[in-house]
Amino acid sequence: MLDALSRSTLLRHTLMTVAAGAAVFALTFALSPYRNYQLATMAAYLCATAGLTVLVGLSGQLSLGHGALMAVGAYTYALVATELGDRGTTGPLLLVLPLLAAVVVTAFAGGVVGLAGARLFGPYLAGLTLTLTIVVPAITTTFADQLGGDQGLSVLVEPAPARLGATFPLERWQAWIASLAALVTMFLLANLVASRFGRDMRAVRDDEVAARLAGINVQRTKVVVFTVSAATAGLGGGVLAILTQSVSPGGFSLAFSLFLLMAVVIGGVGHLAGAVWGALLLVALPEITDSLADSIGSSPELAERLDGNLSLAVFGLVLILVTILFPRGIQGVVAAVTRRLRSRVHPAPASEVPPITTSSESIDA
Amino acid sequence: MHERTTRVRRSVAAVATVTLIGTLASCGGSDGGSSAPGVTATTITIGTHQPLTGPAAAGYSSISPATKAYFDYVNSKGGVHGRTISYEIKDDGYNPANTQKVVRELVLKDKVFAIVNGLGTPTHTGVLDFLKTNKVPDLFVASGSRNWNQVDKYPTTFGFQADYTTETKVQATYIKENLADKKVCFLGQDDDFGRDALRGLTQVLGEDGVAERQKYVTSNTNVAPQIGKLKAAGCEVVSLATVPGFTALAVGTAARLKFQPQWISASVGADLNTVGAALGDAAPLLEGFLSTNYLPSAFDDQDPWIKLFKQVNTDFNKNAPFTGNTVYGMTVGYLFVQALEQTGKDLTREGLMETIEKGGLDGSGLGELRYSPDDHAGYGGVRMAKVTGTSQDYFGPTYATDDGDTPVKEYTEDPTVPPADGIPAA
Repeated sequence: MLDALSRSTLLRHTLMTVAAGAAVFALTFALSPYRNYQLATMAAYLCATAGLTVLVGLSGQLSLGHGALMAVGAYTYALVATELGDRGTTGPLLLVLPLLAAVVVTAFAGGVVGLAGARLFGPYLAGLTLTLTIVVPAITTTFADQLGGDQGLSVLVEPAPARLGATFPLERWQAWIASLAALVTMFLLANLVASRFGRDMRAVRDDEVAARLAGINVQRTKVVVFTVSAATAGLGGGVLAILTQSVSPGGFSLAFSLFLLMAVVIGGVGHLAGAVWGALLLVALPEITDSLADSIGSSPELAERLDGNLSLAVFGLVLILVTILFPRGIQGVVAAVTRRLRSRVHPAPASEVPPITTSSESIDA
Repeated sequence: MHERTTRVRRSVAAVATVTLIGTLASCGGSDGGSSAPGVTATTITIGTHQPLTGPAAAGYSSISPATKAYFDYVNSKGGVHGRTISYEIKDDGYNPANTQKVVRELVLKDKVFAIVNGLGTPTHTGVLDFLKTNKVPDLFVASGSRNWNQVDKYPTTFGFQADYTTETKVQATYIKENLADKKVCFLGQDDDFGRDALRGLTQVLGEDGVAERQKYVTSNTNVAPQIGKLKAAGCEVVSLATVPGFTALAVGTAARLKFQPQWISASVGADLNTVGAALGDAAPLLEGFLSTNYLPSAFDDQDPWIKLFKQVNTDFNKNAPFTGNTVYGMTVGYLFVQALEQTGKDLTREGLMETIEKGGLDGSGLGELRYSPDDHAGYGGVRMAKVTGTSQDYFGPTYATDDGDTPVKEYTEDPTVPPADGIPAA
């Protein structure tokens, strides 16, 4: 049994996903509606950060435009759900079809950007993706009749199924949907990372020339990763639209895109587990700083000024500290601590060579 | 071999851990619901979302402190049926995405009894579904959109202001009678605020009666292109559906372009103190500026409501500048207290909403509140006001109409008077 587990990555990932799903499912019953809403938001962010960490950490492409890609997903969800609602669609289809559309449309948008981006490096790619984020408000304003301008669109979402009971909190239902989406994303990405394609990605990141000499199609690999990453962002955006029941450009600002990237870096870039930390931070840090601002802000004016701004400052500070002190992010720290604990329990044989940090090591953690 | 077993062990450990967490978590209890969230024997906690920062903060940021000041005044006299009112004010920066977040915090985390006077058309529209799902009373929304009066769709939402359609119907009637041969144009916010306002104008003046229509978004503070087009079209009267900051931008930009039409603004963007402060030295540009409003003028020291609110402002609002926003905020506070008084000691969300639907509330408005079981619209009486020097005073009769096809008629009832102690009776 253990042998089969160790040999089959797929089996191992399936088991982990099912277990994590069971744990989250149980957790939603213990949480208050507000905490469930936060859990759902975190899961929606996780879809995006997981895709982003693979893109940045494993294929070496920097994107400042993932917030914009989430906006594509969210608006697609809103438009498709409204259209379906007008045609009288109800039930699970009204949930699944818009989500699928969000993923497909965003993947397509990501593919187009990826095609251009595969020819660019570092800051130039960052610049390209940055423009995506900047044009979002302009697009929603220009096509205000379809996209609702600054006010945005309201999203047609049905309440939790009646068979769950009249007092069933909507937030728990939302947490289920969001967590399911996040688990599917994590499962698929984990397999992708562990696959041959995952090795191609890392080879491209480390040395494009060497990768090309080894027979890897560098352009294609980059475009595919960008498309996959965009698809997950689209899913995240779609889920976010379900949670907030409305989409507006203000929710996908430049700051939000930067937050996504910062979260991925702080969490530990290139690790799927790091993406979880990142998503957690995205939800927890603003809340913590807000309550901090409330408690230290003796005068209402000061609290007012700190409100919203403090979280930006704290996020930036955390990013600087983490980059200096723990360049491998939170997940790097967690991995190091567990490794040390384990080696204390099971001292390594004297003959064993100390582990060498290789580029491929980072994804196994 | 060693690496393989390590990996297996790691996986098993991880699976075991998450399962354990799950089991532990599922042992936790669920929270029991009380009949009226946010209400204890001695307190009532309510919340609001306000633009304390951002593009709409000019003027509007002083509304919630005024409401709070009125509550503090009532609390100082023992509260309502022995309960003091605690007013949680959250800043959303006039950004609909932030509104989503702060309203969920108020309802789910802070467990407020009701949302009172949540401000903004684009912002509040996004939380209607959420508030309905959670059956939260959504009272006296701070916007004149017609969205708040949809009893079938949003049974817990109640308007407060004279809606924009009502205001512009009265404006259009004034234009028809006094500025008949002028070319009428429109500048409005690109959302339901602007659309509702334009609807009232075209209803009275006809589709052809509004020659040039321009819109702006709050995320872009350059209105020169719009003003340029209005000038090029030869507009002589421009009806504004703008927030105060953009009223100032429009008037200032027009002056720079040597364009001086007759402005007629909806109440939300017309407060002289607010717009004048935004214009600074250019405030004299507002001479002759017309607007509609439905609450007593902040400049009318003889009005009994203004006397009351000025006193409260001095005692409980640190003597903040007294503007139309102060009158607005305190009227909201008065109405909420009146609703609580009339509901009685036994307070539930359903009971409070029934009270409001009974139609017994009045407040400082020039006309009547239109609340009934099938109408959740706020004040229905609107009057024209004009800026002369440093004052903004009403002239002509008060008109009454609705957001539908009802024609504009003169309103002849006497204005209301506040009770002697300034606190509504039970």
